[in-house]
Amino acid sequence: MPEAAQKVSIHLRVNGKLHSREVAPRLLLVEFLREDLELTGTHIGCDTTYCGACTVLMNGAAVKSCTVFAVQADGAEITTVEGLEKDGELHPIQKAFGDCYGLQCGYCTPGLMLSALQLLKDNSNPNQKQIRKAIAGNTCRCTGYQNIFKAIDTAAAAMRSSGRGD
Amino acid sequence: MYPRAFTYHRASSLKEAVTVLSQLGEGAKLLAGGQSLIPLMKLRFANPVHLVDLNFISGTSYVRGQDGALHFGPLTRHAEIEKSASAARVPILLDCAAGIADLQVRNRGTIGGSLAEADPSGDWATVLLTLSCEVRCAGISGERSLKLSDFLKDAYTTALAHDELVSEIVVKVPSGNSGGAYIAFKRTAPVYPTASAAVQLTVEGDHCKDIAIALGCVGLLPIRVREGEAALRGQQITPKLIESAGDAARAAADPQSDMRGSAEYKRQLVGALVKRATEAALQRARGQQVEVSHIYA
Repeated sequence: MPEAAQKVSIHLRVNGKLHSREVAPRLLLVEFLREDLELTGTHIGCDTTYCGACTVLMNGAAVKSCTVFAVQADGAEITTVEGLEKDGELHPIQKAFGDCYGLQCGYCTPGLMLSALQLLKDNSNPNQKQIRKAIAGNTCRCTGYQNIFKAIDTAAAAMRSSGRGD
Repeated sequence: MYPRAFTYHRASSLKEAVTVLSQLGEGAKLLAGGQSLIPLMKLRFANPVHLVDLNFISGTSYVRGQDGALHFGPLTRHAEIEKSASAARVPILLDCAAGIADLQVRNRGTIGGSLAEADPSGDWATVLLTLSCEVRCAGISGERSLKLSDFLKDAYTTALAHDELVSEIVVKVPSGNSGGAYIAFKRTAPVYPTASAAVQLTVEGDHCKDIAIALGCVGLLPIRVREGEAALRGQQITPKLIESAGDAARAAADPQSDMRGSAEYKRQLVGALVKRATEAALQRARGQQVEVSHIYA
């Protein structure tokens, strides 16, 4: 049997802020973010590596945080939806999702915005096909995807014109 | 959903990982990208008592061109292969890496983990069977190198001993007059394919000098279509002959009915995929740039 009370000490930066915690090995990153750090903007959807609602950036790469153990994020830099807004200003991606009606219930939105963020960091001027491919791991069950594609395209244009890369 | 409780070990070298495996016995499993293992643990299909995390070992993620071969580190993520200029020299590798699941899974999942898991619906084994591929396995007593076809034993079963791991994957770069393509049919991006086909074709003028055809998701292991290959080898390539490769694939497939489709449906599907993949492989063998994409239902 495993040692029932094994705790592993982890140190990681979430939205720029350093956190140190002792965690059980089976604690999932999404639960760590939501329960330990109370960052509930990251959602749990399917909990089976399908829907992408739990997407966050880990060292700049989009990951499904329901499929990463918190212990694996030791030393990592995590960005959640709470980290997008800076000094009361919405991130261009957040603004574009609102302006383009790229959401209805909003459940999938944080995950979609983080996948979009990785795309736009890697490619400041993605075409339609690249946008579709980048969010193929994010499921939306109400808006449909047209306005989401439009939002990402709009955000890309806004970021290019402001010279913003992240 | 939570997996059963387990004890976590963080290896700082591959050598340490195999030592820990041999000390802890059968209840210990390796954690690579975790994109299959963690979901299986959450569903309690897999219940390891100990997990040995390989993700903190430096120098295990690379694509290196060396002596006419590509060397892949065991923890090389699919996304890194998708971006690798060295891997781009072999287009079928790019078809595979870029088509696995979605952005998030490709950022975590590894080529070594995919081969070691040997899921019958996995992509890498099917693709690499059409190339000359060696799997290097490391244990406490040293290294051995196995041909991929000898490494794969059965569904979810490889030649790896309990205390061995995949330490490197070596793929020979095909000659200049060779081209390959990999096409999968998928219901959506995040799921495994319903069926898939990999074809690597070498031409000499308008003749087929050599060909390898492998089918994925239609058997317990990827299936080589030996009869279809033999029918094309040495022959002048015609649409009719390509059609016959599809027929041979249908005959060689051994699919199961499941939620992805009936056995008969998959049999028909895999024949069509072989035909398309062969056509794309032929164009690439002739030096044409052809973009190949999976087909989404």
